[in-house]
Amino acid sequence: MAKKPIGPVRRSFAPWENPDAKPFIEFRNVTKRFGDFTAVDNLSLKIYEREFFALLGGSGCGKTTMMRMLAGFEEPNEGEIFLDGQNLRGVPPYRRPANMMFQSYALFPHMTVEGNVAFGLKQDRLPKGEIEARVQEMLKLVKLEAFAKRKPHQLSGGQRQRVALARSLAKKPKVLLLDEPLGALDRKLREETQFELTDLQAELGMTFLIVTHDQEEAMTVADRIAVMDKGRIIQVATPAEIYEVPNSRFVADFIGSINMIEAKVATRNGEATHLRASGFDREIVVDQQTEASVGDTVWFAIRPEKVRLSFDAPADGCNAVQGEIWDIGYLGDVSIFHAKATEDVVLKSTVANVTRTVERPISWDDRVWLSWDRDAGVILTR
Amino acid sequence: MRKGPSWFNVTSLVLGFSFLYLPIVLLVIYSFNESKLVTVWGGFSTKWYGEMLRNQQLLDAAWVTIRVAFASATIATVLGTLAALVLARSGRFSGRTLFSGMIYAPLVMPEVILGLSLLLLFVAIDQARGFWTIIIAHTTFAMCYVAIVVQSRLAGFDRSVEEAALDLGCPPVKTFFAITLPIILPGVIAGWMLAFTLSLDDLVIASFTTGPGATTLPMRIYSQVRLGVTPEINAVCTLLVAFVTVGVIATSIVTKRQEVQRQRDMRRAEAQA
Amino acid sequence: MTETLALGAAEESKAPAKKRRSLGNWLLIAVPYAWLLFFFLVPFFIVFKISLSEVAVAIPPYLPTFDLSEGWAGLRENLSSFSFENYLFLFEDDLYWKSYLSSVWIAATSTLLTLLVGFPLAYGMARAPKAWQPTLLMLVILPFWTSFLIRVYAWIGILKNEGLLNQLLLWLGVIDQPLTILNTNAAVYVGIVYSYLPFLVLPLYATLEKLDESLLEAASDLGCPPWRAFWSITVPLSLPGVIAGCFLVFIPAVGEFVIPDLLGGSETLMIGKTLWAEFFNNRDWPVSSAVAVILLLILVVPIVLFQNQQQRAQEKDA
Repeated sequence: MAKKPIGPVRRSFAPWENPDAKPFIEFRNVTKRFGDFTAVDNLSLKIYEREFFALLGGSGCGKTTMMRMLAGFEEPNEGEIFLDGQNLRGVPPYRRPANMMFQSYALFPHMTVEGNVAFGLKQDRLPKGEIEARVQEMLKLVKLEAFAKRKPHQLSGGQRQRVALARSLAKKPKVLLLDEPLGALDRKLREETQFELTDLQAELGMTFLIVTHDQEEAMTVADRIAVMDKGRIIQVATPAEIYEVPNSRFVADFIGSINMIEAKVATRNGEATHLRASGFDREIVVDQQTEASVGDTVWFAIRPEKVRLSFDAPADGCNAVQGEIWDIGYLGDVSIFHAKATEDVVLKSTVANVTRTVERPISWDDRVWLSWDRDAGVILTR
Repeated sequence: MRKGPSWFNVTSLVLGFSFLYLPIVLLVIYSFNESKLVTVWGGFSTKWYGEMLRNQQLLDAAWVTIRVAFASATIATVLGTLAALVLARSGRFSGRTLFSGMIYAPLVMPEVILGLSLLLLFVAIDQARGFWTIIIAHTTFAMCYVAIVVQSRLAGFDRSVEEAALDLGCPPVKTFFAITLPIILPGVIAGWMLAFTLSLDDLVIASFTTGPGATTLPMRIYSQVRLGVTPEINAVCTLLVAFVTVGVIATSIVTKRQEVQRQRDMRRAEAQA
Repeated sequence: MTETLALGAAEESKAPAKKRRSLGNWLLIAVPYAWLLFFFLVPFFIVFKISLSEVAVAIPPYLPTFDLSEGWAGLRENLSSFSFENYLFLFEDDLYWKSYLSSVWIAATSTLLTLLVGFPLAYGMARAPKAWQPTLLMLVILPFWTSFLIRVYAWIGILKNEGLLNQLLLWLGVIDQPLTILNTNAAVYVGIVYSYLPFLVLPLYATLEKLDESLLEAASDLGCPPWRAFWSITVPLSLPGVIAGCFLVFIPAVGEFVIPDLLGGSETLMIGKTLWAEFFNNRDWPVSSAVAVILLLILVVPIVLFQNQQQRAQEKDA
């Protein structure tokens, strides 16, 4: 095995770990510029068949441009894109075996639900009976059989979303492109639909590529996530790896909440690295090797749920610091505590509210101990 | 805040609209005047309408006008829709500034200049003037109006709908006819109607570009008005006003009803979900 | 090595990326473009050319006429015979420059009057209950659809000496002698304000209607009385609409022919009327072309300003 997976792998499906696996979609040194603005910067990426892949990033990071280049709405200035071995350069969108589900759904307002779903099939001049059967199948898949004769404006937001999905699936594309597919739905419906999407993808065995700015959405649906910033890919990994082993401060900060402490490498012995942070009495010991040399500035990153709070000094006194409770946020399921450890460092700790008591033992201005295990955080060098 | 109509707003609305409508209303009333003196009320009569129908010159002019308006509105709608697509979709290309200039300029260009310049063009290329030269002239300025109307429709149009069609395998030209045109159709129809009435209405440009045998209704009305106001012209005008008014109001009622139905459908769909 | 590969790919990729936009797109651009070039832009050059010719008793009534068969020599001879005589004539005869000045003056005054009538109307519409607004809008647009000529004509019956206005005023006892309104500049003002009112009200209404009511509430909340909020918030924010509307009235009004011809009198000097008379009555095509060229030059500045404003508004929407 190439490397030890962190946490449980969601499915026993990991073609990216197999060096012989043939990529299904490949971006090879792709650059796209709009005038002076470089939207995608010399980017390479491999996506495998049957993978649910997410492009995640803030607005303007180039994720939508990547998808639009794959769909054929933009042509890269440099580099090549391959889909199932075919070089897509010069292939117009209407001849590409990729279909897209649009953020706005882009339903044809003058056609019925049926008409929308049948549209792509009609372009292929399939026999009428076949089209009808396929449309019925698709409507059944998204549970909209009863709405076949309706026009888009006679549907609710969730129903429209499903029509758009059925329409883009109808042609059995080699890859389904989803552009912020759930952005217009309210939170509850969005969460339900996320799971429906993963089930659907597993059932159909198709390759899905989703573009989203919502990290929870990407984590829920995707096998692998590419975190993008300023036209570049910062990290490609499974959701668990992205969360637990971010490769940079950008990724660590972008995904979830994190404590970041600037420190210097004090000693490196075998498996562990000792860090010295200004204002900390003790060294931070991390069970991780680093390429940074002794004396280099690095960042120690740790998720708030891995930081424990206690009044008594922890028994294993290695990774601990004393702090003063500065702020408390009660979110229902968890509470977030902000503790001031040094003049510059405020550490966050989330604590699950496992009991129903309204009075919490820890309160403002309390002096507490913050402690964590040696393998709970990571050292970041960039 | 002050959402209720204040006395100032009501007054300005009443005065404003009276100013806009009173002259036309008076014109309509006096077209039913028995008396030959236009400003003296001599009792109700429809005799001027009969008189009008017996005036062969007027009828001929009306027929010419309708044919000109129909042809020029149709050509202008095709060209104007293309121009709107260029404005809305073609992005930056060399010569775009000139192009949009040529679209906007005719909207404000004095008619005497448009008329004179087109006439001189027809003379320069030795084109005999008449029916078709009026159509070309009307097409030229009406297409700019169509372009503006259609462009505003295109501007409020979600482009991803077209992209979706392309994505589903529909080539660009077919996408235009299957998707874009049906969606912008209300704008195109409005553009056609506008082009039609502009042509119906035009005196100056037609006067410059016309030739023997192609006298339009506005030209006929103008020459009669110069001789003095007659109740017969009142009758013609009333019919023209009625024609346009009915057309415009009918269209807007149909549109409004569709919109209300649409809103109702949307509310119902959300309520069911 | 990867670098050279990437460079090679870049070379290859540029050409097809550009070519793809072409054919269909260029065809789409070409058709309306060609039409407008030939029937809108080229005629202006012909007008300019003829304005440099001399009048002649011939068909067409100007000299020299351009004949392609004479080739290059013919063209040169043609060019050498052009003269600016017509323009000199325009400056010598005070009829013309008086017409220009008077046109601009009448157009500017009527634009101001239209604004005075139109602003309250547009404001009233924008502040009317939402349910009424489509109907009110319809009522403003409707006259715009009905014939311009008819609407001007309707005023003749009202304004003339024995017309309805005078009858009303006499009956009310306001006057005891009929007022002479028709065939004066006053009638021209009335005609222009009346005919062009929708052009001003529509863009103005559009901006006023978009004006966020909460801005006025915020002003009021911060202690600003309504009349001052009107001046410091409503008026500045409606300025784009005011400007667009004023251009839409002013520019065509300068070259107006029908209104001064039907409602104005012999002392009403407007350049559209002068041009018409020069062309149809005197049959002096070169001089009327020169008149048109100067009129165009006068209007170029407002037209360019208007287009810039339109374009900016369009980009702001996008």
